[in-house]
Amino acid sequence: MPIQVLMPALSPTMTEGKLAKWLKNEGDAVSAGDALCEIETDKATMEVEAVDEGTLGKILVAEGVEGVAVNTPIAVILAEGEDASALQGMAAAPAPAQQAAPEADTVAPVTVPASAPTAPATPPEEETTSANTVTQTVREALRDAMAEEMHRDESVFLMGEEVGQYQGAYKISQGLLDEFGARRVVDTPITEHGFAGLGVGAAFGGLRPIVEFMTFNFAMQAIDHIINSASKTLYMSGGQMGCPIVFRGPNGAAARVAAQHSQCYASWYAHCPGLKVVSPYSAADAKGLLKSAIRDPNPVIFLENEILYGSSFEVPDDPDFTVPIGRAKIERAGGDVTITAFSLMVEAALQAAESLAAEGIEAEVVNLRSLRPFDTDTVVQSVQKTNRMVSVEEGWPAAGIGSELAAQMMEHAFDHLDAPVARVTGTDVPMPYAANLEQLTIPRPDNIVAAAKAVCYR
Amino acid sequence: MATPARRKPKAAAAKAAPRRKKAAAKAKPKPQVSRDELLGFYREMLLIRRFEEKAGQLYGMGLIGGFCHLYIGQEAVVVGMQAAAREQDTMVTSYRDHGHMLVSGMDPKGVMAELTGRRGGYSKGKGGSMHMFSREAGFFGGHGIVAAQVPIGTGLAFAHKYRQDGGICVTYLGDGAINQGQVSEAFNMASLWQLPAIYVIENNKYGMGTSVERASATTDLHRRGDAFDIPGMQVDGMDVLAVKAAAEVATAHCRAGKGPYVLEMKTYRYRGHSMSDPAKYRTKEEVSKVRQESDPIDYARDLIFENKMADEASLKETDREVKALVTEAAEFAQQSPEPEPEELYTDVLVEA
Ligand SMILES: Cc1ncc(C[n+]2csc(CCOP(=O)(O)OP(=O)(O)O)c2C)c(N)n1
Ligand SMILES: [Mg+2]
Repeated sequence: MPIQVLMPALSPTMTEGKLAKWLKNEGDAVSAGDALCEIETDKATMEVEAVDEGTLGKILVAEGVEGVAVNTPIAVILAEGEDASALQGMAAAPAPAQQAAPEADTVAPVTVPASAPTAPATPPEEETTSANTVTQTVREALRDAMAEEMHRDESVFLMGEEVGQYQGAYKISQGLLDEFGARRVVDTPITEHGFAGLGVGAAFGGLRPIVEFMTFNFAMQAIDHIINSASKTLYMSGGQMGCPIVFRGPNGAAARVAAQHSQCYASWYAHCPGLKVVSPYSAADAKGLLKSAIRDPNPVIFLENEILYGSSFEVPDDPDFTVPIGRAKIERAGGDVTITAFSLMVEAALQAAESLAAEGIEAEVVNLRSLRPFDTDTVVQSVQKTNRMVSVEEGWPAAGIGSELAAQMMEHAFDHLDAPVARVTGTDVPMPYAANLEQLTIPRPDNIVAAAKAVCYR
Repeated sequence: MATPARRKPKAAAAKAAPRRKKAAAKAKPKPQVSRDELLGFYREMLLIRRFEEKAGQLYGMGLIGGFCHLYIGQEAVVVGMQAAAREQDTMVTSYRDHGHMLVSGMDPKGVMAELTGRRGGYSKGKGGSMHMFSREAGFFGGHGIVAAQVPIGTGLAFAHKYRQDGGICVTYLGDGAINQGQVSEAFNMASLWQLPAIYVIENNKYGMGTSVERASATTDLHRRGDAFDIPGMQVDGMDVLAVKAAAEVATAHCRAGKGPYVLEMKTYRYRGHSMSDPAKYRTKEEVSKVRQESDPIDYARDLIFENKMADEASLKETDREVKALVTEAAEFAQQSPEPEPEELYTDVLVEA
């Protein structure tokens, strides 16, 4: 059978082109890889190579013809042993219908509310509780969570700058090197991009790395691997390449370390499908969520807060205590206004609630804990009760966690709102160094009080 | 009518030997190669070539979209490297990945169907040409970010060492990728921790339109590991036997627990960087010279004839078999349906 040569698409967007020049004549022998002709597109002139061996039997589109549609037959190649008689009736072959990619409208990607993918597919299991508690700092809780999980699963290991011999830049990994040895507590060079990628590879290879960033500010050098390699590969592989890895470290402002060391990345990571993002407040949150994060088969961003490391809380002493990812927690019940917060801002929200109570306003404080997936249900239920909401976060206002929550309340609790959702956020500037300016930047309890009163019209 | 043209007259094929000038002088005496092994190399290289030509054709018909990077000309690199691989080893590369998948033992049908974005593809149509994987085959991608595979491969090597499974990770990267900072970061850690990692730099002379000379302050890319005390070797990447010999040296080094190894393969891509590259940065003469004088498949073919390992007729039979495989793959890739719309939402997260 003679083989038709079709007008090729030479770029992702080409639909037609000009047949600029034939480089072979009828009757010429051709072998695979020989240049047959030159095609001019709007971008460039390119050669078309033969894919088959044989003789150029007939040229169907002459040199100089413009506007030749992709997939139009332009020539016929005769295979070994065929002669021109095989060409009969082939000259005027109609152009086959173009088999281009399906039009965008054959798929309807936006048929679900934008918030749907962030909601947990199945309701997460209940938080395991235990009657007995011990008093621990967040620092100790994080350490214990890692140690317990490393005992439980031999494939869990910790890597990062100063995690071993130095015992952790913030002493979170205190004692782990002695307990587990250098094979499992790995001091890395200062090479965030490299060790984040290495961690992802190790996770693909069947291990469960905990990658500590000295702070999340430095993870910007690693964000390509976090997003492009860790969060997308499962999808790009059709479900084959799970990446069980935890990226953890302090996030947000510490104290007086200025712009490059004081940024909240919550909304950056919460934006991205393929990740889970959590941010604990109490020591119990820290321990229970970190254990869940380490056991989770997905990449988890674990945003800690340096200022909270030394704070003490009650922590269940049950070694199987975990906090499920995707569950918010009501820290304080109240019927007048809902205040959502995460990490250190929960503390500010609780202080604000105290002041509000003195003025006769009962605030319900929701500690979000998970930022992807969001526990939309818990927040909606609270708003159904209070009809008012204030979102608090340290990060910048634009495209922030509060922006997302406000949108979700419009989608899911619109009829219950008696006032627009208010946002209390970090000021829209890089973090200043001066003590007084820094104070003005981070949300304070009095900002929250003012916002709560405003939505209560008081 | 006329007999199909050959790039070389048949008679000349048998004595077309004196082409590996520089590399021949450098390379060690040709390793012993059995008839079966050499015929196997020939077949695998041919499979890659025919597969890629077919992919180019399907792209031209609008059946493959987006970016599609062909491996034509570089076949000897991955085929020679794979000759030294063992079951437990892993492999990772960039977006120019079709050849690597085929030698990993992945099914040409599944690879081609991924190129056409169909359900039967290795990633169910969600990855495309640049993003394909097979845990089963030890192939870890298929990565679209230049050099991202280098720390990832280093992490796979870390996992081999951690688990003491005796495996090595072979990471392929381009001459363009070598200049990424993360390559130096990965080299440092691989050497520091003595990881079983082989880095194969496929120096095909260009990163898109930029020649090595215009991109690299030092062009001896096999020496890029020097600063980290990683041994390196330059290899004629158009000679499958030279590649195999180098692979044996590097794998022996890694398996002995001596840490990473860098191999620079001097090779060449015949086609443009991707399908839409008019390749104006090099002359036609440059391309046709390589094709005529150093084609890796012609070279293997000549060796086979020289050593009377097979005759013309039996290689023709191999050609036919390979062609049939590729045709079958192309048909499958067109018949396999597009993914169900519901697949849009699957594989974002693993169910916890
Ligand atoms: C980080 C990044 N920068 C740029 C690109 C665009 N890009 C894709 S391939 C390529 C050239 C790479 O050349 P080389 O490493 O020599 O590999 P080859 O294509 O020759 O196999 C570039 C610049 C990319 N994919 N990723
Ligand atoms: Mg290159």
